[in-house]
Amino acid sequence: MARRDTPEINAGSMADIAFLLLIFFLVTTTMNVDSGVSKKLSEKPPPDYVPPVIKEKNIFEVNINRNNELLVEGERMEVKDLKEAAIKFIDNGGGDGKVENGVATGPCDYCNGERSDKSSDHPNKAIISVQSDRLTEYGTYLTVQNELLRAYAELRNRLSLERYKIPFAELEEAYKDDRDNAALKKKVEDIKTSYPQIISDAEPTSN
Amino acid sequence: MSKFRKKKKGVPAVNTAALPDIVFMLLFFFMVTTTMRETDLKIENPRLPSATEVKKLEHKSLVSTIYVGKAKDSKYGSSFNRIQLNDKIATADQVPAFIINARSKVSEAEVPFMTTSIKADKESSVGTITDIRLKLRDVNALKISYSASKTSSN
Repeated sequence: MARRDTPEINAGSMADIAFLLLIFFLVTTTMNVDSGVSKKLSEKPPPDYVPPVIKEKNIFEVNINRNNELLVEGERMEVKDLKEAAIKFIDNGGGDGKVENGVATGPCDYCNGERSDKSSDHPNKAIISVQSDRLTEYGTYLTVQNELLRAYAELRNRLSLERYKIPFAELEEAYKDDRDNAALKKKVEDIKTSYPQIISDAEPTSN
Repeated sequence: MSKFRKKKKGVPAVNTAALPDIVFMLLFFFMVTTTMRETDLKIENPRLPSATEVKKLEHKSLVSTIYVGKAKDSKYGSSFNRIQLNDKIATADQVPAFIINARSKVSEAEVPFMTTSIKADKESSVGTITDIRLKLRDVNALKISYSASKTSSN
């Protein structure tokens, strides 16, 4: 008697099915890398803290009102002009830098500004103060922050090209890949302390 | 006819029996690595503002995310200032508890590297963000990142 074999199942299309599933997962997998404007908050001051007296000319005041309009140093301004104005202020270099650990940094010798005595003394003294209204739109607020950061980025980049013949972004990238490289670290620190980012957020106005 | 018929010459077929196995292996790899969003949004997906000076957030386990935007549920009104912590609509007062809870999940040495990512809608108001920021400062969570999508400069 002939034995009845169960007919073999054709597995030829198995690969196709698996590929289909594979492609589905490939497409739906989102490697979403979060990105954002990073910021370091200042520490909470002790209750008996007396804020230091800062000269008016070393403060760059940016106000954003509830209609998302900008007032910079007492004048209305469009967002697109903010970067230039901030660069002009930071890079002015009209006087001596601050005294750090008993060492005076002296006048700014890498600044390209006008050296006017009405504007900031030194990049390490130049403070940008952003004041917004409680009802200001967050989008506008972040655009302003971004423009200010761009101003710093441009200045740092210029200095980096001048001193080390390499854009600052690349310098930072190289340092990130090679954390133990003391020479790179020194360069990055040097640029960062030459143009420190001093952006302060003032308490927003309400009502 | 001889019994030893000459075999037909030709390229032997490549054995593809192991192909499904390879593909399945890849499939399982992707299935395992695909992470589904662990918190479901109670607010509408925030329309992130765009910026040029963005930095990537590394070390996902050290990032805690606060969402700000319009609540999906209409009982919370239609303003863009609702805060979501974990998977609940909350107020700024609950932020410190949220941060302390997030801290307890990582080792102590990593606490200074923890970042708070604020995903807020373009139309949220700065006041809400400031409230959150003050609360973050109270618990010494000083590293924050304003989530934004990257645009090329100019």
